[in-house]
Amino acid sequence: MSSVFNLISLWTLPVLLMVVLTLGIVKRVSIYEEFTDGAKDGFKVAVKIIPYLVAIIVGISMFRASGAIDIIANVLSSLFAKFNIPSETLPLMIVRSLSGSAALGVFSDIANNLGPDSYATKLAAVMVGSSETTFYVLAVYFGAVGISKVRYALTVGLLADIIGIISAILVCNWLFA
Amino acid sequence: MNYIFYFLIVFSIIVGAINGRLQDVVNSVMTGAELSVKVAFSLIGIMAFWLGIMRIAEKSGLIAWISKVLKPIMKILFNELPEDSPAVGDIAMNFSANAFGLSNAATPFGIKAMEELQKVNDKKDTATNSMCLFLGMNTAGFQLIPTTVLAVLVGIGYKNPTEIIAPTLLVTSIAFVSAILLSKLFQFLGSREGRNE
Repeated sequence: MSSVFNLISLWTLPVLLMVVLTLGIVKRVSIYEEFTDGAKDGFKVAVKIIPYLVAIIVGISMFRASGAIDIIANVLSSLFAKFNIPSETLPLMIVRSLSGSAALGVFSDIANNLGPDSYATKLAAVMVGSSETTFYVLAVYFGAVGISKVRYALTVGLLADIIGIISAILVCNWLFA
Repeated sequence: MNYIFYFLIVFSIIVGAINGRLQDVVNSVMTGAELSVKVAFSLIGIMAFWLGIMRIAEKSGLIAWISKVLKPIMKILFNELPEDSPAVGDIAMNFSANAFGLSNAATPFGIKAMEELQKVNDKKDTATNSMCLFLGMNTAGFQLIPTTVLAVLVGIGYKNPTEIIAPTLLVTSIAFVSAILLSKLFQFLGSREGRNE
C-alpha cells in the first residue's frame, strides 16, 4: 500500500511535465518560446508580493517571539484535558494557520520526542497534513493582485481551520485512541 | 486585516514586555522582514518554471479542455464568474497541483487564477466573492497525500505511516467543504444586506 502512494508522489510531476510538453509538440506549439515568455512573469509576481509578505511574516514572527502562543496554550490546557487532547499538540493548533515551517517544526518536535507509538504524534500528523497556512496563502494570493481589503476571506479561512482541528481530534479519537 | 495587523504587532510588544522577551520581539522584526524577502525570492525560479509550463499547457489547448470538463462544477461554485473565463482552467490546475502535493506548482497556478479573477473585479483593492471562495478553498489545503508529514513519520521509524493518510484525507475534506459552505454563507449574507464592499 505504502509503495503505491510513494509511486504516485514520485510520478505526478514527471507525468504532468511529459503530458504538457508532448501535447504542446503534437499541437505544434513552439514550446521553448512560449515557456520563456510565460516564465518572464515569475520575477514580477515574486517582487509584487514582498510588501504583503513583510506585513504578515513580521507580524507573525513578533507574535511567536513574544511567547503569546504559550500563554494561549496555558489558558486552553485545562479545557483540552477534558477532551483527552494531548497538551503537546496545543501550540501546533495555534501555529498551524500562522506559519507552515513553524507547524512542521512543532510536529517534528512532537514526533521525535514522543515517538511513533504515541497518540500525540498521530494527532499532530493528521493536523499538519490536513492544513494549509492560511495567513501565508492570503498574503501571497491577494498580494499578487494587490488586494488589501480581504472582506470575509480570512474569517472563512480561520473558521475552516478550526473546523479542521476539531474534526482531526474527533477522527483521531475514533481511530487511534 | 487592519485590526489583525495592529493586534499582531501591538499585542506581541505588550506580551513580550511582560514576558521579558522584548529583545526577542525586536529582533524578530529584522528576521521576519528578511525572511519575507527570502520567501519571495525563493519563489522566483519555481514560479517562472511553472508559469512557463502553464503557458505551454494553455497554448496546446490542455487548459481549455480541463476547463470544459470542470465547467459544470465551477459554474455552481463560482457563479459570479463570466462564461468562458480563463480563471476556471487556472483554478482547476491549482487544485490538481494541491491535491497531488505539488505545492510548488500550486502557488503559481493559484496566482494566475487570482489575476484572472482580478480582471473581472470592479474594485481593484477589494476581494470579490469568487476570490474569497477561491482563497477559502486554498487555505483548507486539500491534499490527497501529505508527503512531508509521511517523510517525518518515516524518519522517526513509524511502522505504518500510511495509516494516517485516510484520516488526514477525511479531515482535509471536511475543512475543504466547510470553507466552500462558509464562503457561500457569507456571500449570501452580504448580498442580503445589499452590501457590496
